[in-house]
Amino acid sequence: MQGYNFAYLDEQTKRMIRRAILKAVAIPGHQVPFAGREMPLPYGWGTGGIQVTAAIIGATDVLKVIDQGADDTTNAVSIRQFFARTAGVQTTTHTAEASLIQTRHRIPERPLREDQIIVYQVPMPEPLYRLEPSRASARRMHAMADYGPMQVKLYEDITRFGRVAVSYDHPVMVNRRYLMSPSPIPAFDNPKLHLMPALQLFGAGREKRIYAVPPYTAVVSLDFEDRPFDPVRAPALCALCGADDTYLDEIVIDDRGGRMFACSDTDHCAANRADLP
Amino acid sequence: MAYVAVKGGEAAIAAAHAWLARVRRGDGAGPGIDAAQIARQLGRAVDRVMAEGALHDRELAAMAILQAQGDLIEAAFLLRAYRTTLPRLIDSEPIDTGLMLTQRRISAIFKDLPGGQRLGPTTDYTHRLLDFAPPEPSPPIEASPDAEPVPMPRATDLLGAEALIEPDPASAGEPGDLTMRPLAFPAARDQRLQALARGDEGFLLALGYSTQRGYGHTHPFVGELRMGEVAISIVPPELGFAIEIGDVVLTECQMVNQFAGSKTAPPQFTRGYGLCFGHADRKAMAMALVDRAMRAGELGEAIAAPAQNVEFVLSHCDNIEATGFVEHLKLPHHVDFQSELETIRAMRAEAMASGPERDDAGV
Repeated sequence: MQGYNFAYLDEQTKRMIRRAILKAVAIPGHQVPFAGREMPLPYGWGTGGIQVTAAIIGATDVLKVIDQGADDTTNAVSIRQFFARTAGVQTTTHTAEASLIQTRHRIPERPLREDQIIVYQVPMPEPLYRLEPSRASARRMHAMADYGPMQVKLYEDITRFGRVAVSYDHPVMVNRRYLMSPSPIPAFDNPKLHLMPALQLFGAGREKRIYAVPPYTAVVSLDFEDRPFDPVRAPALCALCGADDTYLDEIVIDDRGGRMFACSDTDHCAANRADLP
Repeated sequence: MAYVAVKGGEAAIAAAHAWLARVRRGDGAGPGIDAAQIARQLGRAVDRVMAEGALHDRELAAMAILQAQGDLIEAAFLLRAYRTTLPRLIDSEPIDTGLMLTQRRISAIFKDLPGGQRLGPTTDYTHRLLDFAPPEPSPPIEASPDAEPVPMPRATDLLGAEALIEPDPASAGEPGDLTMRPLAFPAARDQRLQALARGDEGFLLALGYSTQRGYGHTHPFVGELRMGEVAISIVPPELGFAIEIGDVVLTECQMVNQFAGSKTAPPQFTRGYGLCFGHADRKAMAMALVDRAMRAGELGEAIAAPAQNVEFVLSHCDNIEATGFVEHLKLPHHVDFQSELETIRAMRAEAMASGPERDDAGV
């Protein structure tokens, strides 16, 4: 686009972000502060993910952008158009064809490969913020690996409600060292983080933090030996492709309580339907 | 402009006002703008001034913005000061936003829902690139023949059918009115919502934001945000039935908040509510966050964060009051300051006199 550098950010800023990414990859799960820039989309729309993508995207990359699992949600469309316009890269909706996937709130159902990178948009990088709102104090807790309060919070949930009352953004331990927010993905997606062949990068623009999970890194959802991690999923089949193993959207079809369930990952659902006889 | 000779105040004020009048119009090099242009092209500023000025009148709000040189708090102040002089003829009937002629209606909690998702004239998905070309005039949109208001179920009612969200029945008595009776604590929710609806957008934004960052977290989701025209009706006593007197554009936000339950309430979704004049997503959403945060006491949650403290929020959300008291510090205070001077001199003399033998035992 005239008047702007390839992928919007200037090269100096991209190098600064790449240095933060390298450090993040070297210390899996650790939040690396970076000098996040104002972007032409508002904070909360994915400015962290967009900056990470802008810093690593190349002219030959094929970009896929999803929001809530779908390529056609308004914000995904907007971000995809942004990179099509500022970087002129090829875009796709097919998970298998993408070299770079930017996502908000989901991990694609189709397993990712070593030659792919997934970039998560992160609203709140600090997993402890509900327990300790001061970031200075939370940082000390990370330094000491003082994660007892989070275990106590989960324990209190179990004693009060019989189960952990966290349905998304369920905290994980990365490489047995750092407690990390997986971003607000449903707990259903947490197992996909574990030993994923693709590089996982997390960008938080407003909070100015980048963190990473390198390929094949152990990522364990916080739980107890006698109360193992137990994510929930709507007990239904996808009304479109019949899948029984995917995360489902609940769609209200009338005002008399009518509901329909369908795959949140629209690309995966379409591929399933193409395979049907 | 010298402000040493306090006794020369009258001439100084006259000169200041003359200067202000000159600055307001500038040197006349460019064309002047009129209030009608502001009403047409700076609609969001007009909306904000009407909300914080607590008076729905686009023309007056536009005039106020022009007079205030674009200072929106000053403009809201002008509007409030005018509003206070108006006779109060009648109360309108409660509005029904379910019958809103919606220009915009989105729900973040369902992918699709009856009535559909409608973005309307939003900047949400624009790329913030400065547009160096001035906006072109566009022909008016022909109203489609089926543009009659159709009832559109609220997303929160869809949850209510399963009793997953707390009920929200109409309150029995007359709602309170801050303009007729001053705020008192504890303040009920009707008073709180009225105060928030007039409250400063920036203050509510910061408080709402603070709840999202851990200072009084409320697990919010936008159940629904809708904007459009709502009919206002009154029941004149001589007629005894309701007549419509006009439409106002409103933005309404129904926040749905996860709630784990307490000693007094079962686990269910709870509500935060925001409503304000004009197209004002930010204001309505911030208001809904703060409304929910202030319900902490009622729901048996710990009250620890600023946004949960009803007295703190309501006492400081009115920007006309706030700007008055902050800015009053520039008025002459030399009588008080004179006594401060004398006191500090006396204290210093005492401290110097005791010198090295000062008793530091308590330090």
